[in-house]
Amino acid sequence: MKIIYSFLSILLLILLLLPNFVSDYILGIFVLIFFYAYMGQSWNVLTGYAGPISLGHSLYLGIGAYISTKLAMSFGVTPWIGMWVGGLGAALVGLAIGFLGFRFGLKGVYFVLLTIAFGEIGRLTVLHLKPLGHMMGLFVDFKPGFVNFHFRGNLPYYYIALGFVVFSLIVVRALEVSKWGRYFVALREDEDAAESLGVNVFKYKMIAIGISSFMTALGGTFYANYIFYLHPTSVMSMWVSIEIIMRPIIGGLGTPFGPLIGSFLLTPLSEIARSYFTKAGLEGIHIVIYGLLLIAAVLFFPGGIFAFIKKIVKPILGESKEI
Amino acid sequence: MDLNLILQLTTSGFLLGGVYSLIALGLSLIFGVMKVINFAHGAMLVWGMYIAFTLMNWTGIDPFFSFAVSAACLFVLGYIVQRTVVNRIMTFHESMQVIAMVGVMMVLENMAQLIWGPDPHSPHTKYSLSTVWLGSVMIDIPRLLAFILAILIAAAVFVFLKYTDIGKSIRASADNRIGALIVGANVNKVYAVCFGVGAACVGAAGSLLVPLMPVSPHTGFPFKLTSFAIVILGGMGSLPGAMIGGLMIGVAESLGTVFIPSSLKQVISFGIMVLILLLRPKGLFGGKG
Amino acid sequence: MPLLELKGVNKSFGGLKAVSQVSFELNGGEILGIIGPNGAGKTTLFNVITGFLKVDSGEVWFNGENIVGFKPHQVCQKGMVRTFQLVKPFVELTVFENVVVAALNRAKTIKEAREKTIRTIDLVGLKEKTNTLSSGLTLGHRKRLELARALATEPKLLLLDEVMAGLTPTEVDELIRLLREVNHRGVTILLIEHVMRGLMALSKRVVVLNYGQKIAEGVPGEVVKDRQVIEAYLGEEFASDQS
Repeated sequence: MKIIYSFLSILLLILLLLPNFVSDYILGIFVLIFFYAYMGQSWNVLTGYAGPISLGHSLYLGIGAYISTKLAMSFGVTPWIGMWVGGLGAALVGLAIGFLGFRFGLKGVYFVLLTIAFGEIGRLTVLHLKPLGHMMGLFVDFKPGFVNFHFRGNLPYYYIALGFVVFSLIVVRALEVSKWGRYFVALREDEDAAESLGVNVFKYKMIAIGISSFMTALGGTFYANYIFYLHPTSVMSMWVSIEIIMRPIIGGLGTPFGPLIGSFLLTPLSEIARSYFTKAGLEGIHIVIYGLLLIAAVLFFPGGIFAFIKKIVKPILGESKEI
Repeated sequence: MDLNLILQLTTSGFLLGGVYSLIALGLSLIFGVMKVINFAHGAMLVWGMYIAFTLMNWTGIDPFFSFAVSAACLFVLGYIVQRTVVNRIMTFHESMQVIAMVGVMMVLENMAQLIWGPDPHSPHTKYSLSTVWLGSVMIDIPRLLAFILAILIAAAVFVFLKYTDIGKSIRASADNRIGALIVGANVNKVYAVCFGVGAACVGAAGSLLVPLMPVSPHTGFPFKLTSFAIVILGGMGSLPGAMIGGLMIGVAESLGTVFIPSSLKQVISFGIMVLILLLRPKGLFGGKG
Repeated sequence: MPLLELKGVNKSFGGLKAVSQVSFELNGGEILGIIGPNGAGKTTLFNVITGFLKVDSGEVWFNGENIVGFKPHQVCQKGMVRTFQLVKPFVELTVFENVVVAALNRAKTIKEAREKTIRTIDLVGLKEKTNTLSSGLTLGHRKRLELARALATEPKLLLLDEVMAGLTPTEVDELIRLLREVNHRGVTILLIEHVMRGLMALSKRVVVLNYGQKIAEGVPGEVVKDRQVIEAYLGEEFASDQS
């Protein structure tokens, strides 16, 4: 474990110093890497650790983004406060969905379909709400300043997004060694066994979805104040949910570093593919590649890249003791 | 409220519902046998549409005839998808299955976009605007034809499942995976054919939709979600449930436009889906677990 | 006051009566066996007692409290824990991680849970496997793991569902010794068992189920001579030949 922590410290140091050496464009890619790593981590708490599969996390992203943005635009509330309100809003919705799904014992694909249904209901509803921009979308007025969460250039966003990632890693690591986290994993592995050992299945699934939706919504605020434009199709569609889940799956589901590794691999790839292939008139090919990667990940690395790396590293570090 | 309007909406919803039924039939068949949700179902619909559309542009063959070609092509596609991906993930954890199928969806949907371009096409057929009057109710000819053909195709699928050897094996393995193994059916082949037939259903349905609406790479998405709602309503894996559920959802969505904008009509199917999931997760017609 | 008392417990699936009017008592410190042919309703009875299934009618009293309607996790918190016939290890977790989940049932702190985990793993003899993934264990070890998890919840009453099935004779003997030790430490045991050697060695008293009904109760040696019991196991013809 010590080796991992020292490695992480060095990595963090490099990332803190990195902006001195690279261009704004590269920084922009790093912002996206961090953003998706963070979103993936938020999703990972529910699906990777506790088990229920959500394909509707765009809903929480959207709720966070719209609430904080609306608070800022209509009431002048700084997004730094609005994001927590958005988080609470999303957590309430997440708990409501969780209550329905878990109270009625929906599992597997049935729960997936429930989350898709609510995601789509959310998207279609926002699409028809005038105060949220209707079909035109919501443009965020650019008012640079720390209080407004609006900045010129990528540098501030880089550090904020990095902060998000560190925050999410700490949350997940704290969960892993806590009673909650241990119970989450037990639920994921075998609900009946967990229940027989005193784990309140309903309660801990609710905790998991609450944390997960809350964290996702915080990311939504970041997104709104980085992109400055919110449209249900770009923020709340199922495609957004797929973007969120891709990285932890490729990197390693239910592991703290999976989302990060996945994002470091996938985000630059998709950015390069997007710009390169769009220029060549081959729009959409990066999604084809994504799809193939997903299939390949499931078929050949079911545990994600992280498990693969661990397998290689283990002989070097020696058998790890219970951590 | 105007009774005539209600009759009108019910009729047009019912007719489109026939096509929904055919789409859902394919989805339910695949789920019933392999317990895998075909997330690529919408993309397969789009492939069916584009194949019919392309044929019409090249040769002038009407989509209402060329559905057979779409169905055949999609059968092959489905067969290949089953052999290359689905067959390898059958024993995997559900989350992994969902993810792999989402991968297939991404590949197929965006391949369609790469091949045929992102812009929607609105093909014109001779009869696209022709109508008949049934009393005071106006009926679109293309919708009526699509309905009739969809029901006939579905009937053909039922006949196939009931009377052919491979069809019987498919039904046997839907009832019991091990049972089919014991009676000596080549399970791999049965599964692949089953996936192919499911894909052929949705391919044919895509073809039937060409005269009704613009063809674009992302047309399939709402249909896929609607067909999820239908199979939940009818009962996952229940084929009669898929047929009746399709008609019900068609009517419900159509009638719903009295109260809400038609761009929101999907909220109705999702609402129904949520209710059914919570109150009767086996669906209206799904008897056994 | 008995530790566990069933009063006229019924459970049906559709038309099939899986458990029918079953009553018995189990005193603290005792080891009671439940036997019966396959499909006699033994596992259903366990599911009913531990809250995995709801009783249709009847009462289940545990430690002076009617626990009908309790959820399995509440039953566990009350001090009754069951194992599963088909063991259910958390396969992607190590032995330690498996047991620590159970230990958290009573432990106030993570530290306390870890200490208890280490002691429990030691008790069941899985010390060398502490950091092995449970997916890599043999069946015998998995059964021990199942037992370790159950014990780590600090139960008053332990329900064991065919914990000896599939083990080698040596493993059975070791397990018998282990269960005696557990019993000595004050844990009452109710066990479903097909392995007669294990049953005879452990329980002073058995209850026989057939078609969901209790058909006999008593000392193991006596019960196996009971006409109804022989019928239940071997069919009526055989029983009449014997008499």
